[in-house]
Amino acid sequence: MNGYRYLENVVSLTLDPSACIGCGRCVEVCPHHVFILDDSKAVVADRDLCMECGACSSNCPVDAIAVDAGVGCAIGIFNDWLHARKTSKRGCP
Amino acid sequence: MSYIVPPGLYALGTPGPESPVVVTANYKMTYDTVRRALKGYDAWMLVLETYGINVWCAAGKGSFGTEELVRRVLASELAKVVGHRRLILPILGAPGVAAHQVFRQCGFSVTYATIYADDLPGFLDNGRVATPAMRELRFSLRERLVLIPVEIVLELKTLAWVSAVVFTACALAGGVPFALLGLGAYLGAALGGIVAVPLLLPWLPTRSFAVKGAIVGLLWTLGYVFLTGGYGSPMTTAAACLLLTPVSAYHGLNFTGCTPYTSRSGVKKEMRIGIPVMGISIMMGLLAFALSPFTGF
Ligand code: SF4
Ligand code: SF4
Repeated sequence: MNGYRYLENVVSLTLDPSACIGCGRCVEVCPHHVFILDDSKAVVADRDLCMECGACSSNCPVDAIAVDAGVGCAIGIFNDWLHARKTSKRGCP
Repeated sequence: MSYIVPPGLYALGTPGPESPVVVTANYKMTYDTVRRALKGYDAWMLVLETYGINVWCAAGKGSFGTEELVRRVLASELAKVVGHRRLILPILGAPGVAAHQVFRQCGFSVTYATIYADDLPGFLDNGRVATPAMRELRFSLRERLVLIPVEIVLELKTLAWVSAVVFTACALAGGVPFALLGLGAYLGAALGGIVAVPLLLPWLPTRSFAVKGAIVGLLWTLGYVFLTGGYGSPMTTAAACLLLTPVSAYHGLNFTGCTPYTSRSGVKKEMRIGIPVMGISIMMGLLAFALSPFTGF
């Protein structure tokens, strides 16, 4: 995405290659081209590009992907911390 | 003026049983964009109830999601209208949807097409295959510019409150001229974070939004001190830097909520480090101001 990158090594995305059936859905949905399909298996090509939107994990038919999805909104996170509530859904203004 | 389109099945052109079914949100602007993009095409448009919210935000909230999609497919009796069993969804709707669940629950298979509606004709003409360019997210100057007024409006309350506090405190410390000076300094620093950070995003150094904001804040403070006649001593200049830099840093960090590439984990990390640093900086700034009359510089 025209060279935008966020912090390194912070993303909560994990992929279990042994569960993957190579359907390619994660490649299709990821707006940041985080995955590629290599030899009928999904591979995380560039983990730091992930924005934790959760599209890949919700669409993976075999639950091979896990990510702590949510919007990176400082005020939202702050409110979550204050109320110590577990809201993983993105809240747009 | 209504921002909401009633959910349901709409015809574009004169669609038949083999025409594609394009799914979208019932935010008027989204609906209009899709309609305009598909001008000249025969297609069905399945509009989901997202309460007038765009696809991306609605997907995050879950209203653009599996449940609503299945409900709308069944309610509109889509299976009787079209002969095929395929739905075309916007890529940015994917976080709310589980394609395999949709198939299981209503027999329609989901294809995620493009990020932007403008690319839909290209997608359909390309045999319903998205090229990498159609899956490319943009965050150009124009996209960033439209976010700035939104940010200002969202921050108005905070700006008004802090302005009042800054003005009162400065007025008590040094009269009305000093209060105006302080108010100008504060508002400049805040707008530095709200306006300059989005505007200059790709060119500001570092990946951290708080640091990007801090850089803007520091430059603003030094420029402001210089332009207002080098007001005060080195000690008060340092105090101004310590007080104003966190203001810009805070608003810079806030912009992460509007960008389509910042992860929640990343923002949390910035906050865990940034908020204490900002707090300490403000405390030291206040202390420096309080002490400046006694230190002699
Ligand atoms: S969506 Fe899941 S199963 Fe399909 S390729 Fe990706 S990881 Fe593998
Ligand atoms: S969470 Fe979103 S950005 Fe991250 S890999 Fe999955 S689809 Fe891509």
